[in-house]
Amino acid sequence: MPTADVLRKKSKQRRLIIQGTLVVLTVLAIWGAVSNAQYNLTRLNMTSGFSFLDRGTGWDYSFSLIERSINDTYAHTLLIGLLNTLFVGFICIITTTIFGFIIGTMRDARHPAVNLAATVYVQIFRNIPLILQAIFLYAILIHMGGPRQAMSLGDVAFLSGRGVMLPGLNISPTAAVVLLLVSFALVIGLIVAKVALWRGLAIWFVGTLVLTLAAGHVLRPAGEALFTIPSLQGLRFQGGISVPIELFALIVSITLYGTAYIAEIVRGGLSQVPRGLVEAGQALGLSRASIWSRIKVPMALRSIIPPLGNQWIFMMKATTIGIAIGFSDLFYITVNSISQSGQTLELILLLMLTFLAINYSIAIFTNWLNARLQLKEH
Amino acid sequence: MAMTDITPAAVLVAPPSRFEIARGRFLKYGFGSPLAIAISIVVFAILGWIAWSFLDWAVFNAVWSKENVEQCGEHGACWSVIDARHRLILFGTYPFEEHWRSTLAAIAIVATVLLSCLPAMWQARRLAILWIVGFATYYLLMEGSLLGLPQVTTDGWGGLSLTLFLFAAVVLLGMPMGLGLALMRRSEMLIVKWFAVIIIDTFRSLPLVTTLFTAAVVLPLFLPSWLEGDKIWRVIFGFALFFACYQAEVFRGGFQAIPKGQFEAGKALGLGYWSILSQIVLPQVFRHALPSTINMVVVTFKETAIVTIIGFFDILASGKTAFGTADWAPYYIEVYLFVAAIYWVFIFSLGQYGEYLKGRMALSER
Repeated sequence: MPTADVLRKKSKQRRLIIQGTLVVLTVLAIWGAVSNAQYNLTRLNMTSGFSFLDRGTGWDYSFSLIERSINDTYAHTLLIGLLNTLFVGFICIITTTIFGFIIGTMRDARHPAVNLAATVYVQIFRNIPLILQAIFLYAILIHMGGPRQAMSLGDVAFLSGRGVMLPGLNISPTAAVVLLLVSFALVIGLIVAKVALWRGLAIWFVGTLVLTLAAGHVLRPAGEALFTIPSLQGLRFQGGISVPIELFALIVSITLYGTAYIAEIVRGGLSQVPRGLVEAGQALGLSRASIWSRIKVPMALRSIIPPLGNQWIFMMKATTIGIAIGFSDLFYITVNSISQSGQTLELILLLMLTFLAINYSIAIFTNWLNARLQLKEH
Repeated sequence: MAMTDITPAAVLVAPPSRFEIARGRFLKYGFGSPLAIAISIVVFAILGWIAWSFLDWAVFNAVWSKENVEQCGEHGACWSVIDARHRLILFGTYPFEEHWRSTLAAIAIVATVLLSCLPAMWQARRLAILWIVGFATYYLLMEGSLLGLPQVTTDGWGGLSLTLFLFAAVVLLGMPMGLGLALMRRSEMLIVKWFAVIIIDTFRSLPLVTTLFTAAVVLPLFLPSWLEGDKIWRVIFGFALFFACYQAEVFRGGFQAIPKGQFEAGKALGLGYWSILSQIVLPQVFRHALPSTINMVVVTFKETAIVTIIGFFDILASGKTAFGTADWAPYYIEVYLFVAAIYWVFIFSLGQYGEYLKGRMALSER
């Protein structure tokens, strides 16, 4: 009969052996992988390292927010890809969150028609793969024909096979992105300051409008109008903001798909609010709108934010399907760089580290937001 | 004593049926006030108009057979393209005379999924046997050489059958890997635990397409040639690892629902680690994790569509090929709708089943 001490010692030994084996196996696997890579690289006559980042690329791609040329370095081109990914991801995060709250509230509504409309939407768009939706939408748009056959919306916005023409402020894309970020920061500030929903919306709307108009007034090219409106002149459009078809298809399809998911998250959160709280609101004589904005949403936010954060991360990752419709997101640029430069390992490593950084930032942000919104326990 | 006060008539009043309750709610909330009536009319009119326009295009004005393709016009769907090319969409480049094998193989996978939905199958051993048998049936039929049929290598697989194959292989491989990672993450041994944490968090932060691309293109650089294997198996392995990292978190949720006292009770009875796990803990973990697991399976089915990016001939790619010739090119909408409908049927039914289970388990826990 072994004593407890002997058993304890045995168990300790076993743990040491298991962990030691794991470490040895991992080291062996990494060592094997590295030596194989070295062997394969010398066989293929390739030099490893990051010096290729300073070389010019010599190839073109579909979209960039900032100035570009085909003589840009790899570093600069990858940066453009990163900006594109962040740009699309960020826009989709905003649109899906807004529409998701609307559709989710409709899913939670008692009115049968409203409920049915939201349910039909969610069930259609959530159950078809995102990449299929994106390719489908892109195919429809690309078949729409040239600017002369463009679909017109009140003669200020046009949709054609060449892209979407929108009226807008006469400022550079960079300035527009900065404005977008400021507006988003305002939303977060209002949420964290726990301003009541309707008042917060009003402050945000007025604030963004004033800021936008002021920025538009200051930053427009000298002597030009505040707004630029597209118009058909001959075979092409003049003025306006031109959104390439790839960008438009990607944003719309991610928005349609992500909205359906966020709507389900919002519906789940709203349905978890205890009935007693809603009834208490009714007993106080609050209107249905006030019950929604002052009781249901603030209570639901606490269970909505964690899955919402996961969905935001998903949105950032979903931009990688841009490659299927030719949008130059980070993944597209990386894959092109790999096939042109052959620096596979370095580029994949950069891509992975970038996504890790983006997703950890979002996770940290949502954790912070969640902590700020938790009920203070006394 | 109070029983005598109740008249027979009062006893005979039945509770309102489900239908009556639904109708009552419908009338009360949909037509209870002028505003509600106005909303009802507008929304139902819009929904009705959308449904009518779609049916008008897809059914009433549609051309159905490939013989009548000249009749295809502006105002109706041209399903002739499906009639003519459905084999390409469903089976890809699989040899034409052998399509029956591909059909049977696909049925084997669907049957496996359907059988897994029966509560009688919900034991780890039964499910494992079912999935291994279903998967082996698929592989033997599709590959063929072991059954004495003409051999078709994986390069020749395609269409819906390939999508189903990827799905089944990923779930079958990923499920035990996920359980392993979940167990490692719970381990008291710090090195083992952190090993799992790093793997899980890394793969969860990367987009699936990066993982698959790495498995298909980058991995061969790291591997000795004898370990390289087929591209399809590397991709399946990468996809399974991705699935496992998510599934590990699902299992972790299941573990957290088990009171610590159960482990301690097991230890007090003198049971070892593996006995406690397999006899006491895991059956409960599986039960708790079931709805989320089904959700993961549904998502995995949807995400197999990503493989088209790295050059596999799945149903999305074969659909593209189906309207790739000049005479069928105008009918791309019909093809995409057909493919979307196939995905939708699979994903919607699995999803509804998951919802049903969730409701059933919520009831049993009350």
